Amino acid sequence: MPVLHSAPCFRSHDGLVDVLGPALGDRLIGVHQEHGELMLSVRRDAIEDVLRTLRDEHQYQQLMEIAGADYPQRAERFELVYMLLSLTRNHRLMVKLTTDETSPVPTVTRLWPNAGWLEREVFDMFGVLFDGNTDLRRILTDYGFEGHPFRKDFPLTGYQEVRYSEEDKRVIYEPVELPQDFRIFEFTSPWEGADYPLPGDEKATMPPAAEVKTTDRPAETGAGPGADAKAAEHVARGMASGTVAGQGHGEPVPEETAISDPGAPTPTEDRPDRPARQESAPDTKGATELNKDADS
Amino acid sequence: MAGLLQETSPTTGGEVISNYTINFGPQHPAAHGVLRLVMELDGEIIERVDPHIGLLHRGTEKLIEHKTYLQALPYFDRLDYVSPLCMEHSYVLAIEKLLNLEVPLRAQYLRVMFAELTRISNHLLNIGSHVMDVGAMTPNLWLFEIREDCMNFFERASGARMHAAWFRPGGVHQDVPLKLLTDIGDWCDTRLPELFEDAMSLVVDNRIFKQRNVDIAKVSRDDAIAWGFSGPMIRASGVPWDLRKSQPYDVYDRMDFEIPVGTNGDCYDRMMVRVEEVRQSARIIKQCLAQMPEGPIASSDRKVVPPRRGEMKQSMEALIHHFKLYSEGFHVPAGEVYVATESPKGEFGVYLVSDGTNKPYRCKIRPTMFSHLQAMDMMCRGHMLPDATAILGSIDAVFGESDR
Repeated sequence: MPVLHSAPCFRSHDGLVDVLGPALGDRLIGVHQEHGELMLSVRRDAIEDVLRTLRDEHQYQQLMEIAGADYPQRAERFELVYMLLSLTRNHRLMVKLTTDETSPVPTVTRLWPNAGWLEREVFDMFGVLFDGNTDLRRILTDYGFEGHPFRKDFPLTGYQEVRYSEEDKRVIYEPVELPQDFRIFEFTSPWEGADYPLPGDEKATMPPAAEVKTTDRPAETGAGPGADAKAAEHVARGMASGTVAGQGHGEPVPEETAISDPGAPTPTEDRPDRPARQESAPDTKGATELNKDADS
Repeated sequence: MAGLLQETSPTTGGEVISNYTINFGPQHPAAHGVLRLVMELDGEIIERVDPHIGLLHRGTEKLIEHKTYLQALPYFDRLDYVSPLCMEHSYVLAIEKLLNLEVPLRAQYLRVMFAELTRISNHLLNIGSHVMDVGAMTPNLWLFEIREDCMNFFERASGARMHAAWFRPGGVHQDVPLKLLTDIGDWCDTRLPELFEDAMSLVVDNRIFKQRNVDIAKVSRDDAIAWGFSGPMIRASGVPWDLRKSQPYDVYDRMDFEIPVGTNGDCYDRMMVRVEEVRQSARIIKQCLAQMPEGPIASSDRKVVPPRRGEMKQSMEALIHHFKLYSEGFHVPAGEVYVATESPKGEFGVYLVSDGTNKPYRCKIRPTMFSHLQAMDMMCRGHMLPDATAILGSIDAVFGESDR
C-alpha cells in the first residue's frame, strides 16, 4: 500500500529482520510489520539480553518509552512495549513482551538509567513487577493509593474521591459517590456488533409464568378513595437528578414567601443607579477583512 | 544572651551531623508547577534529589480510552498547556498513520506554521521564566508581550487562546483568514525580532546570568543519550538530533532551517539553543507563508473528516456524515503505531493501539519531561541549592505533560 500519510518517516525496515533475526536467535518469538512499524516479540526472561544486544551491537542507543497495555481476556494479560531509537541509523524499533500480575519482568535499569521511572510508571499503572529494579515505588498516583488504575477492570471513576473538608480543616478521602450514573455512550451500529440490552429484553428468554395472575373483582384492582386521596396530594416538582420523568420525590411543595432572603444580593440586571450604555461597540470589521478595493 | 552564645559555635563539638533534607515544593514559584523535590543537602551542596511527580495526574490516558478519537483530541491541549498545538500534532499524525490518510498540502503548511508559532510561544515562556528564576525580571515581562501576540494569533485561527483543538485528523479544523497570515508575516519581520532581540540583549551576555548558568549541570554527550534526552536538551549536549530534520513529518522536509547545537551541555547552552530555535522557527514560519498553496484545509475523505456547514445545508449525505462523525466517530483500522514529533521540549510520542472500533484501545503518551526530570538527580548532584532552580528552568518543566 502506498504511504499517503505525512507522519514522521524514518529509515525503512528492509533487510533488518534478516540481520536482527539471527542475532537474537531463539529469544525472538515473532516479527510483526504493520502500518510502517516493526515490532519484535521476545521472550520475557530474555528482555535484558535482547535490549543489550540491540543497544551494543545494533546501535539502538536510546530507550524512549516503555508502554504497558492490558488485555484481560488473554492468559498473560499485560503487554509491555519498549520503544527503541537509533540516532545513528535513524530507525525506530518496538520490542514487545507479555506478562501477568505475578510474573516479574527483568529490569533494564542496568542498561539505561532512564528506565527506572518508565518501569515505575508501568508498575504503578498496571501492577507489573520488575525483577531487579531497586526503586519500584509508585510514581504518578497519590501517596498511599491502592490498585492499578490503567487496568481495564479498574473503573474510570476510581474508588476514592478527595475533597477539602471545612469542618475538619483538612483534606479527606471518601468513597466515590456519583450524582448521576456513569454513562457509556455506545454509538456503534447494531449491525456492526453493538449489543443493546433494552429494559425488558431479559423477559424474552424467561419461561412463561405457571399461574397467570388475573384481576377478577373490582376490590382487587386497588382503586378507591384511598388511592384517589394519595394521587391528589401535591408533591414537589422533580429534581434534576434521581426522579423518573419528573414525578418528584414525594416531598411537600415548598411554600412561596414574599420576603426574599435578607442576605441575598440584588440582581445585577436592574440596578437603577447605573447609567445606560451610550456609545456603540467598536467595529472589528477591519481586523478580519482585507481591503476589498485592493483585492478586486 | 545565653542563646546567642550557644549559636556562635560553628563546630559541632565532635558530634556527627547528618545531612539536611528539605522539601522543594510542591508549591514553589521556581518549580514551574507542582513538583516536589526531596533534597538531601550537605550545607548548601545538593547530595541527592528525589523528584516526586504525579501531583497533576489526571488519568488522561484512561480518559482517552473512553472517548472517540475526535473527542480525545482536546485532552492533548491540556497535556503541555504551554505548547498545545504541538501536542495535538503527534496525536493527529498517529491517527493518520493508522488510517493512511492523505492530508492536503495547505493543511500541512498550516500545521507546520502553527507548530512553529507554538514553539516560539513555548520558548518565550521558558526563556523568560528561566531568566526570572536566576534573578532578572524585565526580560520575562517583555517576552510575555510577544507570547501574548502568539496567543492572539491562535485565537484568530481557532477561537481559543490556549486549548485550540485546531489540528484534526485529516487536516485542520478551519481555514485562516488571509489577514491573519499577513499579520503573522508582519509580526515575524517587525515585532518579534525587535522585542525578542531587545530582551535577549539584556540576558545573553549578562555577567550575572552567565555566572548562574555557565558550567551548571553539564551533561555529556554520552549521558544525554543514555538518559533518553531529546529536543533542546540533547542538542545542547552536542548531538545534532532533531526529528524535524531526521524524521520529517508534514512539510518539514521542504523547509530550510538550521539546528542549533551546544558545545558544553550546561544550562547556558540549553538556554541558548532555545534562543536560536526561536529565530529558526520564525524562518520556518516565513517560508510557510511564502510557499503555502491555496486549496482545501482538510482531507475530503468524508468517512473521517466532517463536511462543512454549507455543504450540510445542500446535501443529505453530508448531513448523515456529520451526524455519524459527531456521534459514533470514525473507525480506525486495528493496529499499533508509535508516532513521535519534535515538540518544543523534545520528543513527544503517542503510542496508539486501535482495535478497529471508534475508540482507542490504548493511548500511551510519551512525555518529554519524564527522562529529563529523572536526570535531575544526576544533574544537581554536587551543585548548590540555588542552582537547582536554574537547572529546573533549563529543563523546561511543565507538569501537565509529565503527570498526564
